[in-house]
Amino acid sequence: MLLEVQDITTFYGSSQALFGVDLSVAEGEVVALMGRNGMGKSTTIKSICNLMPPKSGHIAFAGQATAKLPPHKVARLGLGLVPEGRRCFQNLTVHENLVAAARPGAWTLKRVNDLFPRLDERHAQMARSLSGGEQQMLAIGRALMTNPRLLILDEATEGLAPVIRQDIWRAIRSLKEDGLSILVIDKTLSELLPMADRCVILENGRSVWSGQPQALTSDLQDRYLGI
Amino acid sequence: MALSRENIINLVLALLLLVVPVAASQMGQPFTVTLATRIAVLALAATGLNIALGLGGLVSFGHAVFFGIGGYAAGILASHVFSGEPMMFGFEGSNQMPVIWIFAVIACGLAGLAIGAISLRTSGVYFIMITLAFAQMIYYFAISWPAYGGEDGLSILVRNQFPGINTMLPLSFFLLCYGVLIACIGLFALLRGSRFGAALQAARQNEVRVAAVGISPYGIRLAAFVVSAMMTGLAGALYADLNKFVSPSMLSWHMSGELIVLIILGGTGRLFGPVAGAMLYVIFEFALGGLTERWQFFLGLILLGVVLFARGGLIGLLAGKARHD
Repeated sequence: MLLEVQDITTFYGSSQALFGVDLSVAEGEVVALMGRNGMGKSTTIKSICNLMPPKSGHIAFAGQATAKLPPHKVARLGLGLVPEGRRCFQNLTVHENLVAAARPGAWTLKRVNDLFPRLDERHAQMARSLSGGEQQMLAIGRALMTNPRLLILDEATEGLAPVIRQDIWRAIRSLKEDGLSILVIDKTLSELLPMADRCVILENGRSVWSGQPQALTSDLQDRYLGI
Repeated sequence: MALSRENIINLVLALLLLVVPVAASQMGQPFTVTLATRIAVLALAATGLNIALGLGGLVSFGHAVFFGIGGYAAGILASHVFSGEPMMFGFEGSNQMPVIWIFAVIACGLAGLAIGAISLRTSGVYFIMITLAFAQMIYYFAISWPAYGGEDGLSILVRNQFPGINTMLPLSFFLLCYGVLIACIGLFALLRGSRFGAALQAARQNEVRVAAVGISPYGIRLAAFVVSAMMTGLAGALYADLNKFVSPSMLSWHMSGELIVLIILGGTGRLFGPVAGAMLYVIFEFALGGLTERWQFFLGLILLGVVLFARGGLIGLLAGKARHD
């Protein structure tokens, strides 16, 4: 397993957010992390990246326990995070955003620009002046520049215009075809389910269901994902 | 690089700082040359601080430590040559600027590493206070160190030498300082445009996001702090040679404040911000200092005006908002 998360509990101060989450991602696998708002999806991702270290449980990436590592060392193991809300470095240009993150590997500036030609067109522009969709492309590009073994997308297309969403999904599909492992959160089931190899559903800070997307019946969808 | 408005202003400032003292020297006004040298050296010190403060957002209120250590490096090494007493391990000191500069830069690098390693574990107002605390420690240490003059300071009887240049001539010494300043401004530009500079500025905006892409915010800030300390230390060595005197006042918190004021006056993080700031400051000190002893009151008013109405400093006022603001 590339990523292994076993029974983690995480707290925001004294209030508990995760009560036991199990999750794994194999090499080359796309896993969809699902659940309603406030069920602990983003907290799980922050725990995996050690941005919010879990209080108990075990996380290993590529066979190495991450508990004692500072966040930047966890990232260097090969975790590429695309944070929720398209968080680029607003005070840097597109180009600077990408090179600041760069680590050697197959992903280069040229390859990122080929994936998102718009970033190439806007390379000298400040990140804060980009549209939402372009910022998301930049956030994904920045994560790819670190040459990750696992790409984590927290709300891959939330709040974006439908046309841009298509661009982003197309890019994510091409990354999957390249064999990159991906852990993705998104609410657009029609896009997410055909692409995912496996789904994990969280409810109230617990992983309550895990299986192939075909097995995710409409009953289960109503129960865990319906509003 | 296209000639943007800011680049044109930078060029004008660079030429102005060069042409005025050369012309003054021709007209037999060495005092103007000395003023220009003071501007160049203070601008160099502030360019060093600008790496930490302008790029990294690290408000170091203790950079006088490095300025002073650089100064004392020049004073101490020269004093041993003059007195003929070996310094340590048979080393006899030096009155050669290149040797002194190497000592100053290494000493400041080590001091910056030690002070930065501890201070950078804090942030915000605590960082300001802890850098100030370190500066005060070294300041009081210098005051109570009789071997090198203590509170009275240390005179450099003959200005240190530089191969091929007669440093006793005010214009030659100015040109030397000017050359070092321009080289260091070039280094600043290189750093700012590099991957290191991008990561440093990214860390200023959000350190969690920087960590999430695998960069240690602490490591990158420490590196910036050390380079910053070295550059300010080099300026200190030149300052001591300019005044032919070094005293604990170079280490005092007033000096740290002065360097911050220079940067704010000129424009934080701007390439020629420290030069513009040092020009304003020295000209002000000279023009108003002749009229009243309380010239700093008026400097305070100007600073207030800059902070309230022209946040980008003089460069910001002339060249428009910084790209990185």
